[in-house]
Amino acid sequence: MSLRSPLGKVLGVGSAKSGVQHWWVQRLTAVALVPLSVWFVVSLLSLPSFDHATVVAWMSGSWTALLLILLVLTCAWHSQLGVRVVVEDYVHGAAARTVTLVSVLFVHTLIAAAGVFAVLKVAFGAAP
Amino acid sequence: MPPRPLSPHLSVYQFKYTLTTSILNRCTALALSVGLLLLVYWLMAVASGAHAQARAARWLSGPLMKPVYAALIMAFCYHLVAGIRHLVWDTGRGLERAQAQRSAWLVVALSIALTLLIGYCAWLAGARAP
Repeated sequence: MSLRSPLGKVLGVGSAKSGVQHWWVQRLTAVALVPLSVWFVVSLLSLPSFDHATVVAWMSGSWTALLLILLVLTCAWHSQLGVRVVVEDYVHGAAARTVTLVSVLFVHTLIAAAGVFAVLKVAFGAAP
Repeated sequence: MPPRPLSPHLSVYQFKYTLTTSILNRCTALALSVGLLLLVYWLMAVASGAHAQARAARWLSGPLMKPVYAALIMAFCYHLVAGIRHLVWDTGRGLERAQAQRSAWLVVALSIALTLLIGYCAWLAGARAP
Protein backbone atom coordinates (compact mmCIF):
# COMPACT_ATOMS: atom_id res chain seq x y z
CA MET A 1 0.00 0.00 0.00
CA SER A 2 1.36 3.39 -0.92
CA LEU A 3 1.07 6.18 1.61
CA ARG A 4 1.51 8.85 -1.06
CA SER A 5 -1.52 10.97 -1.83
CA PRO A 6 -2.66 11.34 -5.45
CA LEU A 7 -2.01 15.10 -5.25
CA GLY A 8 1.51 14.43 -3.97
CA LYS A 9 2.19 12.07 -6.89
CA VAL A 10 1.00 14.63 -9.45
CA LEU A 11 3.09 17.40 -7.88
CA GLY A 12 6.10 15.10 -7.58
CA VAL A 13 6.59 15.92 -3.90
CA GLY A 14 7.26 13.62 -1.02
CA SER A 15 9.11 10.87 -2.85
CA ALA A 16 12.61 9.81 -1.84
CA LYS A 17 13.99 10.88 -5.25
CA SER A 18 17.78 10.62 -4.98
CA GLY A 19 18.07 11.24 -1.24
CA VAL A 20 19.52 7.82 -0.46
CA GLN A 21 22.29 8.31 -3.03
CA HIS A 22 23.21 11.65 -1.42
CA TRP A 23 23.28 10.11 2.06
CA TRP A 24 25.32 7.09 0.93
CA VAL A 25 27.95 9.06 -1.03
CA GLN A 26 28.31 11.48 1.90
CA ARG A 27 29.19 8.46 4.10
CA LEU A 28 31.47 6.80 1.52
CA THR A 29 33.48 10.00 1.04
CA ALA A 30 33.59 10.47 4.83
CA VAL A 31 35.07 6.99 5.31
CA ALA A 32 37.61 7.62 2.53
CA LEU A 33 38.58 11.00 3.99
CA VAL A 34 39.54 9.57 7.39
CA PRO A 35 42.80 7.93 6.16
CA LEU A 36 43.34 10.46 3.35
CA SER A 37 43.13 13.55 5.56
CA VAL A 38 45.22 12.00 8.33
CA TRP A 39 47.88 11.07 5.75
CA PHE A 40 47.79 14.64 4.38
CA VAL A 41 48.20 16.31 7.78
CA VAL A 42 51.02 13.96 8.80
CA SER A 43 52.91 14.48 5.52
CA LEU A 44 52.51 18.27 5.66
CA LEU A 45 53.86 18.24 9.22
CA SER A 46 56.85 16.14 8.18
CA LEU A 47 57.89 18.44 5.32
CA PRO A 48 61.20 20.09 6.27
CA SER A 49 60.12 23.40 4.69
CA PHE A 50 57.57 24.91 2.34
CA ASP A 51 59.97 26.34 -0.24
CA HIS A 52 59.29 25.56 -3.90
CA ALA A 53 61.97 22.89 -4.42
CA THR A 54 60.92 20.94 -1.33
CA VAL A 55 57.21 21.07 -2.13
CA VAL A 56 57.78 20.11 -5.79
CA ALA A 57 59.98 17.18 -4.76
CA TRP A 58 57.28 16.05 -2.33
CA MET A 59 54.42 16.40 -4.85
CA SER A 60 56.41 14.61 -7.56
CA GLY A 61 56.38 11.35 -5.64
CA SER A 62 53.98 8.99 -7.42
CA TRP A 63 52.10 7.95 -4.29
CA THR A 64 52.01 11.51 -2.96
CA ALA A 65 50.57 12.81 -6.24
CA LEU A 66 48.03 10.01 -6.40
CA LEU A 67 46.87 10.46 -2.80
CA LEU A 68 46.75 14.27 -3.21
CA ILE A 69 44.49 13.88 -6.27
CA LEU A 70 42.22 11.47 -4.36
CA LEU A 71 42.19 13.86 -1.39
CA VAL A 72 41.18 16.89 -3.49
CA LEU A 73 38.50 14.95 -5.40
CA THR A 74 37.01 13.26 -2.33
CA CYS A 75 37.17 16.46 -0.29
CA ALA A 76 35.46 18.50 -3.02
CA TRP A 77 32.74 15.90 -3.44
CA HIS A 78 32.14 15.58 0.33
CA SER A 79 32.13 19.37 0.69
CA GLN A 80 29.69 19.85 -2.19
CA LEU A 81 27.25 17.33 -0.66
CA GLY A 82 27.53 19.04 2.74
CA VAL A 83 27.25 22.65 1.56
CA ARG A 84 24.26 21.58 -0.55
CA VAL A 85 22.39 20.50 2.59
CA VAL A 86 23.24 23.77 4.35
CA VAL A 87 21.89 25.74 1.37
CA GLU A 88 18.74 23.59 1.29
CA ASP A 89 18.23 24.30 5.00
CA TYR A 90 18.79 28.04 5.04
CA VAL A 91 18.26 29.49 1.56
CA HIS A 92 14.54 29.79 0.90
CA GLY A 93 12.80 30.70 -2.32
CA ALA A 94 13.06 28.57 -5.46
CA ALA A 95 15.09 31.03 -7.55
CA ALA A 96 17.62 31.97 -4.86
CA ARG A 97 18.03 28.34 -3.85
CA THR A 98 18.55 27.07 -7.39
CA VAL A 99 21.07 29.79 -8.23
CA THR A 100 22.98 29.12 -4.99
CA LEU A 101 22.98 25.34 -5.50
CA VAL A 102 24.22 25.65 -9.09
CA SER A 103 26.94 28.11 -7.99
CA VAL A 104 28.01 25.75 -5.18
CA LEU A 105 28.27 22.88 -7.67
CA PHE A 106 30.23 24.96 -10.20
CA VAL A 107 32.67 26.29 -7.60
CA HIS A 108 33.31 22.78 -6.25
CA THR A 109 33.85 21.42 -9.77
CA LEU A 110 36.32 24.23 -10.43
CA ILE A 111 38.16 23.50 -7.16
CA ALA A 112 38.36 19.77 -7.93
CA ALA A 113 39.58 20.35 -11.50
CA ALA A 114 42.14 22.96 -10.41
CA GLY A 115 43.48 20.71 -7.67
CA VAL A 116 43.90 17.72 -9.98
CA PHE A 117 45.45 19.90 -12.70
CA ALA A 118 47.94 21.47 -10.29
CA VAL A 119 49.08 18.14 -8.83
CA LEU A 120 49.45 16.52 -12.28
CA LYS A 121 51.37 19.52 -13.62
CA VAL A 122 53.87 19.33 -10.77
CA ALA A 123 54.03 15.52 -10.79
CA PHE A 124 54.81 15.42 -14.53
CA GLY A 125 57.60 17.96 -14.04
CA ALA A 126 55.86 20.79 -15.90
CA ALA A 127 55.95 23.32 -13.04
CA PRO A 128 58.38 26.11 -13.98
CA MET B 1 1.04 26.31 -1.53
CA PRO B 2 0.34 27.67 1.97
CA PRO B 3 3.40 28.66 3.97
CA ARG B 4 4.47 25.72 6.09
CA PRO B 5 7.21 25.40 8.68
CA LEU B 6 10.47 24.44 6.98
CA SER B 7 13.30 22.39 8.39
CA PRO B 8 15.59 22.64 10.35
CA HIS B 9 13.03 23.94 12.96
CA LEU B 10 15.79 25.57 15.01
CA SER B 11 13.41 27.19 17.48
CA VAL B 12 11.28 24.19 18.47
CA TYR B 13 13.93 22.29 20.41
CA GLN B 14 14.86 22.81 24.01
CA PHE B 15 18.56 23.58 24.17
CA LYS B 16 20.80 20.67 25.21
CA TYR B 17 24.58 20.60 25.02
CA THR B 18 24.44 17.70 22.56
CA LEU B 19 22.90 20.24 20.14
CA THR B 20 26.16 22.18 20.27
CA THR B 21 28.13 19.18 19.00
CA SER B 22 25.79 18.97 16.00
CA ILE B 23 25.97 22.69 15.20
CA LEU B 24 29.77 22.68 15.63
CA ASN B 25 30.01 19.78 13.17
CA ARG B 26 28.33 21.90 10.52
CA CYS B 27 30.32 25.05 11.34
CA THR B 28 33.63 23.19 11.19
CA ALA B 29 32.50 21.58 7.91
CA LEU B 30 32.01 25.02 6.36
CA ALA B 31 35.37 26.19 7.73
CA LEU B 32 37.05 23.16 6.14
CA SER B 33 35.39 23.96 2.80
CA VAL B 34 37.15 27.33 2.96
CA GLY B 35 40.31 25.41 3.90
CA LEU B 36 39.95 23.35 0.71
CA LEU B 37 39.85 26.61 -1.27
CA LEU B 38 43.11 27.69 0.41
CA LEU B 39 44.71 24.29 -0.28
CA VAL B 40 43.85 24.33 -3.98
CA TYR B 41 44.96 27.98 -4.27
CA TRP B 42 48.32 26.93 -2.78
CA LEU B 43 48.59 23.87 -5.08
CA MET B 44 47.91 26.09 -8.12
CA ALA B 45 50.56 28.54 -6.90
CA VAL B 46 53.10 25.69 -6.57
CA ALA B 47 52.18 24.48 -10.08
CA SER B 48 52.68 28.00 -11.47
CA GLY B 49 56.33 28.04 -10.40
CA ALA B 50 58.68 29.29 -7.71
CA HIS B 51 57.89 32.94 -8.40
CA ALA B 52 54.11 32.47 -8.14
CA GLN B 53 54.50 30.35 -5.02
CA ALA B 54 56.67 32.99 -3.36
CA ARG B 55 54.04 35.63 -4.20
CA ALA B 56 51.28 33.45 -2.66
CA ALA B 57 53.46 32.62 0.35
CA ARG B 58 53.86 36.32 1.12
CA TRP B 59 50.28 36.47 2.40
CA LEU B 60 49.79 32.76 3.14
CA SER B 61 52.63 32.87 5.68
CA GLY B 62 51.75 36.32 7.01
CA PRO B 63 50.98 36.87 10.70
CA LEU B 64 47.26 37.33 9.97
CA MET B 65 47.04 33.75 8.64
CA LYS B 66 48.32 32.11 11.86
CA PRO B 67 44.90 32.28 13.60
CA VAL B 68 43.29 31.01 10.37
CA TYR B 69 45.51 27.91 10.36
CA ALA B 70 44.90 27.40 14.09
CA ALA B 71 41.15 27.55 13.46
CA LEU B 72 41.48 25.15 10.51
CA ILE B 73 43.44 22.64 12.62
CA MET B 74 40.76 22.86 15.33
CA ALA B 75 37.99 22.48 12.74
CA PHE B 76 39.76 19.50 11.15
CA CYS B 77 40.20 17.69 14.47
CA TYR B 78 36.64 18.33 15.56
CA HIS B 79 35.07 17.37 12.23
CA LEU B 80 37.19 14.21 12.02
CA VAL B 81 36.22 12.97 15.49
CA ALA B 82 32.58 14.11 15.26
CA GLY B 83 32.35 12.55 11.78
CA ILE B 84 33.52 9.19 13.14
CA ARG B 85 30.81 9.55 15.83
CA HIS B 86 28.26 10.04 13.04
CA LEU B 87 29.55 6.93 11.23
CA VAL B 88 29.14 4.92 14.45
CA TRP B 89 25.57 6.27 14.77
CA ASP B 90 24.92 5.14 11.19
CA THR B 91 25.49 1.54 12.30
CA GLY B 92 22.66 2.02 14.83
CA ARG B 93 24.94 2.12 17.89
CA GLY B 94 25.24 4.80 20.54
CA LEU B 95 21.90 6.49 19.88
CA GLU B 96 20.53 6.23 23.44
CA ARG B 97 20.39 9.57 25.25
CA ALA B 98 22.99 8.69 27.89
CA GLN B 99 25.34 7.25 25.25
CA ALA B 100 24.99 10.34 23.02
CA GLN B 101 25.69 12.62 25.98
CA ARG B 102 28.78 10.62 26.91
CA SER B 103 30.07 10.55 23.32
CA ALA B 104 29.51 14.33 23.05
CA TRP B 105 32.06 14.86 25.84
CA LEU B 106 34.35 12.24 24.32
CA VAL B 107 34.28 14.07 20.95
CA VAL B 108 35.16 17.39 22.61
CA ALA B 109 37.97 15.84 24.70
CA LEU B 110 39.46 13.87 21.79
CA SER B 111 39.34 16.79 19.37
CA ILE B 112 41.02 19.11 21.89
CA ALA B 113 43.75 16.49 22.49
CA LEU B 114 44.24 15.99 18.73
CA THR B 115 44.35 19.77 18.17
CA LEU B 116 47.04 20.14 20.84
CA LEU B 117 49.04 17.26 19.32
CA ILE B 118 48.92 18.72 15.79
CA GLY B 119 49.58 22.21 17.13
CA TYR B 120 52.63 20.95 19.01
CA CYS B 121 53.94 19.10 15.91
CA ALA B 122 53.36 22.23 13.77
CA TRP B 123 55.19 24.34 16.34
CA LEU B 124 58.08 21.82 16.34
CA ALA B 125 58.12 21.88 12.54
CA GLY B 126 58.13 25.68 12.59
CA ALA B 127 61.03 25.74 15.05
CA ARG B 128 62.94 23.22 12.89
CA ALA B 129 62.45 25.17 9.65
CA PRO B 130 65.20 27.58 8.60
